[in-house]
Amino acid sequence: MRNLSKPAILLGPLLVFLCLTYVVPFLGILRWSVTLPEPGLGQYQAALSDPLILSVFWRTLRICAVVTAVSVAAAYVVTLLWVRGGPVQRLLIEFCILIPFWISVLTRAFGWLALLSNKGLINTWLQSLGVLSEPLSMVRNEFGVIVGMSHFLIPFAVFPLASAMRNLDERVLLAARGMGAGRQRVFWTVFLPMTLPGVLGAALIVFVFALGFFVTPAILGGGRSVMIAELVYLRIFQSPNWGLGAAISVILMAGVALLMGALMRAVRPGDKS
Amino acid sequence: MRPTRPGLVASVLAALVGVFLLMPLVAVIPVSFTSKRFLSVPSGEWSLRHYRALVDNPEWLQAAGMSVSVGLMSAVLATTLALLFSLGIWMLRPRWSGALMGLALLPMVAPPVVSALTLYFFLISVGQMNGLVGYDSVPGVVLAHTVMVSPFAVVLITVALAQVDRRIDLAARVMGAGLWTRMVRVILPNIRFGVLSAFLLSFVLSWEEIGVTIFITSVNVATLPRLMWMGLRDNIDPAIAAVSVVLIAIVIAVIVARAVVRGVRGG
Repeated sequence: MRNLSKPAILLGPLLVFLCLTYVVPFLGILRWSVTLPEPGLGQYQAALSDPLILSVFWRTLRICAVVTAVSVAAAYVVTLLWVRGGPVQRLLIEFCILIPFWISVLTRAFGWLALLSNKGLINTWLQSLGVLSEPLSMVRNEFGVIVGMSHFLIPFAVFPLASAMRNLDERVLLAARGMGAGRQRVFWTVFLPMTLPGVLGAALIVFVFALGFFVTPAILGGGRSVMIAELVYLRIFQSPNWGLGAAISVILMAGVALLMGALMRAVRPGDKS
Repeated sequence: MRPTRPGLVASVLAALVGVFLLMPLVAVIPVSFTSKRFLSVPSGEWSLRHYRALVDNPEWLQAAGMSVSVGLMSAVLATTLALLFSLGIWMLRPRWSGALMGLALLPMVAPPVVSALTLYFFLISVGQMNGLVGYDSVPGVVLAHTVMVSPFAVVLITVALAQVDRRIDLAARVMGAGLWTRMVRVILPNIRFGVLSAFLLSFVLSWEEIGVTIFITSVNVATLPRLMWMGLRDNIDPAIAAVSVVLIAIVIAVIVARAVVRGVRGG
């Protein structure tokens, strides 16, 4: 016989809390998107046909694609040394990953401002050497956003890659070496293909995270290369059009849900139902 | 001997990435000693005025205090809710545990800006019904942070539970222990480190939360990241460099201390 009060006491609090604070309000957002300023799907039509909003969507996708490629490639090299390097290398890599990982997104974005802005370290240094006469503009544009976001997301790509590399059977590599393959060949024809599922997982995680990014683009893009999340903020707080902000959020949520579904499939390839 | 130690090319590339990862953190240090009132690199004269400002201007200390109290309250709430939930999933194994887990992790996987807008909607709606919890109020920020950090607590406690041997729970049950006895006297002692790390992670995540906080506060509640955000948007205030140096120093101290403790224990 089952006592119904036990599940209620254990599972209930968090589920009720999240329903009240998250699920029901999200339905409210959904309602905003079809009722403000007038009932109908007008805001979705506007979001998907307004050239300004479309350009923000495209910019977001473009930046996320570049950021994903850069972060996963950089994370792959670092993880390779973290998993397969000597003890000193491992310790150094661990510091390089963990220290930025625990430092807040604001401090990290500020660090890039200190490096890249017109009066920042790089421009000051290059100008004092006489290499540049005018400061190179590296922030308040897509370059700055891509650098800052890649920096933020590399640690997130490291973890799935590390588990893929750790699960690889050492004997396969030994066999390849034993059959006469050189180091390069072992890497390109055995190691890389066998860790490709990890690369795919890392890429999806980074891409999904990057899509909803708000703080780094807002600081390093300086209001010029606006991404989708910042557009939501602007439509809610600066030039209010709550219905449009809500519709964009719903579109973003749906896109992320689709990508997460793909991620689940990629993680469990045997489960095809 | 490993036949496939990374070669020279891989080591050089990884070193470059390592430099890239640490570079912005190092760059903050010289900027924090500038004598100017805008973001710049000191040339010749170094000054401590921005560190001085941190002490003299009560705003910064108040904001840090606010962040600590919001962080502690959210961490207590999130860890409690997550502990009950994870124990429920582990002990009762309900039929829809996959879906329930998905719901519990929703705020972690949804895009931050969607969560921010959702919590903004929640707080303005609730604010219309009472004067205590609402937009730009401390209880509102605590609730919002609890929503955002509880999935991480659920993950850490669930991972800790996965390592508990189910037979000890079975033994306790066979000997007649009830649900609460099994929970408090048998399972909890076995996952105490998981619960502690869930609490610490919740605190840290709330301490540095900014994406949602921007949406749900304006003037009354200034957490430390919120104050930094205001100083970063328009004219970049070099005091933020000084704050950053302090925050980075704390993180490095904790990480190094952990590594040393682990090394002493022979890990």
